[in-house]
This record gives sequence, C-alpha cells and structure tokens, in this order.
Amino acid sequence: MKTCLVVDDSKVIRKVARHILEALDFTVAEAGDGQEALTHCTTMVPPDVILLDWNMPVMSGIEFLRALGEAELPRRPKVVFCTTENGSAHIRAAIEAGADEYVMKPFDRDTIESKLQIVGVA
Amino acid sequence: MDMSPLAAGAFSKLLERATGQELLAARRWRIETALGPVLKAEGLDSLDQLATRLGRAEEGRLIQDVVEALLNHETSFFRDIAAFRSFADEALPAIAERRIDTRRLRIWSAGCSTGQEAYSLAIQLHRATERWQDWDVSILATDVSPQAISRAREGLYGQLEIQRGLPIGDMLGWFEPEAESWRAKMELRRTIAFAVHNLMEAAPAGRFDIVLCRNVLLYFPIATRRSVLDRIAQSMAPDGLLFLGAGETVLGQSDAFEADRELRGFYRLKGWQAAQD
Ligand SMILES: C[S@@+](CC[C@H](N)C(=O)[O-])C[C@H]1O[C@@H](n2cnc3c(N)ncnc32)[C@H](O)[C@@H]1O
Repeated sequence: MKTCLVVDDSKVIRKVARHILEALDFTVAEAGDGQEALTHCTTMVPPDVILLDWNMPVMSGIEFLRALGEAELPRRPKVVFCTTENGSAHIRAAIEAGADEYVMKPFDRDTIESKLQIVGVA
Repeated sequence: MDMSPLAAGAFSKLLERATGQELLAARRWRIETALGPVLKAEGLDSLDQLATRLGRAEEGRLIQDVVEALLNHETSFFRDIAAFRSFADEALPAIAERRIDTRRLRIWSAGCSTGQEAYSLAIQLHRATERWQDWDVSILATDVSPQAISRAREGLYGQLEIQRGLPIGDMLGWFEPEAESWRAKMELRRTIAFAVHNLMEAAPAGRFDIVLCRNVLLYFPIATRRSVLDRIAQSMAPDGLLFLGAGETVLGQSDAFEADRELRGFYRLKGWQAAQD
C-alpha cells in the first residue's frame, strides 16, 4: 500500500483528504504544520507522497519544501501542494521549490486522484 | 417527482432520435435530475407535463434543450493517463514515421464534449514540437451538442475542471487565469477546429490518420455502434488508428476494425496489419 502524509493546519481538511486517500487505498499520516511534517519525514520512513498546505503556523508549506530538499532522505517523496493560494505566481514558486504537482482548493476526489496519477503514485 | 413510464419512454425516444443514444432503464433516474432545470425554465410542474408539451408540434427549441440536458458530457484532460501516454510515446511516433513524406497529419476527436480531449491532444503535439515543425497537423473536434462545442471553442475551464487530469506545468504553460477560471491560450485554441457533428450522420470529409472516439460508443445500442464504427472506418486512412476509451472495444461490435497488435486500447482497419506481414 502507498503512503501519504497530509500536511495541513485544518483538522477538517486533513479529515477530508484522509477520507479521499483511504478510498484510493493509501495509508495516511497527518501533520499539522511544516515542522511536524519535516520531523515525520526525517525520523520515519518517508511517505510516497505528501499533500501539502501553504499557509500554516510554525513552518509554512514552501519553507517545509525547501527544508525537505536539503534533508538527506533515503528516497524523495512526491509533493503535491494543496492550497487556496491559486495565483500563477504562487504556483510557479511552488514548482521552483520542487513541488511535483499543485492542487487549488477547493478540490474534489477526482482532482486528487488525477494529480496522484500524474505524479505516478496512484 | 413522479414520471409515468410513458413520459420516460418519450424522453428516451427523443434522445435516441436526436443522437442515437439509448437511455438505459437503469439510468432513467438521471432523467429527473437532468431535466429539473428545464422544468424550472419552462415553469412546468412535472416531467409528464414536459413530455406532453414535447408531443406537441413546433417545440423545436424545447426538444433541443431536453436533448442537451440528457446528454452526459463528463470528461477530463488526459482522461486515462496511461492510454494518453502510450498514445504520445508509441502511437504518434509510429504514425509520424509513416507520414514522413507528406508531413501531414489529420486527427479527429469525435464526441469531444467540452474540448478537454482535443486540448490534451494539442498539448501532446506541442510537447514534441521539434517533431512536428513544418508539418501540416490538424485537429478536428466534434460533438453533437452545440452547447458543448461552444464551451470547447471558448476553452474556458473552472477550477475543478482545469485540475482534472491536467498537469500543473501544462496549465501554466497553456492557460491564462481569467477571474476564477482558466482560458486556453490562443496559440493552443487555434490548433483545433471545433464543429457540431452528429455521429449518426456521414463522417466529416477527410482521410483521418487518427480518430478518437472515447466514451461515446458505450451509450449507443449495439446496432448503432456498428453503423457508427462503419462510418468512422470509411473516414480513415488505410493505416489509420482508432483510439477508444478505456474499457471500450470493437470486438463483437464491428467488422471494420480489429485490435492493434501492440497497443492496448487502439484499433486498426481490419486486414491492414496482416497485409504488413
Ligand atoms: C461522456 S462524453 C466523452 C467525452 C470525451 N470523448 C471523453 O472521453 O472524455 C460523450 C460525448 O459524446 C457526445 N455524443 C453523444 N452522442 C453523440 C452523437 N450521436 N454524435 C456526436 N457526439 C455524440 C455527447 O454529447 C458527449 O459530449
């Protein structure tokens, strides 16, 4: 089974994402901010894919992504941004920082599924 | 909302007459949801009332509205990502090789709905732009629904639509934000000719090298599938390729086509492969 780490400070969004991902046969872990996510990725087996919010307390999604790029990991997870920031400037910045895909909230099940297929984990 | 079997029969007959599509009994529940807005617009209380009005003469526009409402336009960019990958990686290069002399490629997307399929094709061709430089490539995209075709021409997609199947890099590269939506750039739009066309009628003129008819045939009764496939066959170059939807087949539904020996989901005019041996 593939694993996904959902990083979002909203419990509701994490729950919705978990619901969608479990229906797609993913094992799901959650983190409430970038720092928690970084700890997860560096101390445990990194997930196959990360669903990443942008605006979060402690460490934002983009900061996390840059930190992830510098961390020594056994394998690099695919990263799908998942955020209400939907202007092209934000999207470009995310891609430059190493994001593989980008989902503009609000999303639905089909969107998540198709983006996971695009990055090759579903 | 209650609907008499008579009314249900009237709606399915209407749809079949206009498009060849069958409204299977199991899917009749859709009628109520689909026709709700039409009822509202006409100020009618029930589907039976609507059916009665359709029975009267001179309701051309209403008939058209009902048919539009009953059509299923579900689609997405690069629908069935694996199939589109083998199309780009294997089918297209093989065809390009066979057309190296004429440098001409004719593609028909039949039943293109709101255009995502045609834009996906255009994007794939643009991705391999060195290969197609100084080629004459054309994409014709057709649908029986004037509404779908006018949306396809506009190339304007809402946030959910634009994200479905379209890689983010392609969205940035080929679409421009417009209010809450994204519009296909002119560069992309002008590579596609959109037109209203009914698959129950003769195919558009041209010898197509590639025909996509994806997730359309499944709504037709078997006999109609056969005649539609025959017409498509007549519109194709002898070495042309037919690209069906995932899970669709020509087996048992056409004497004109057979499965491609190498590419899953792709079909050839019968006999062509044997003649190559
Ligand atoms: C479910 S959509 C599939 C769209 C796209 N090909 C895809 O695979 O995503 C089916 C489309 O076929 C169109 N269609 C149905 N009957 C047709 C006919 N007789 N001639 C042309 N198009 C037809 C419908 O209007 C609809 O847009």
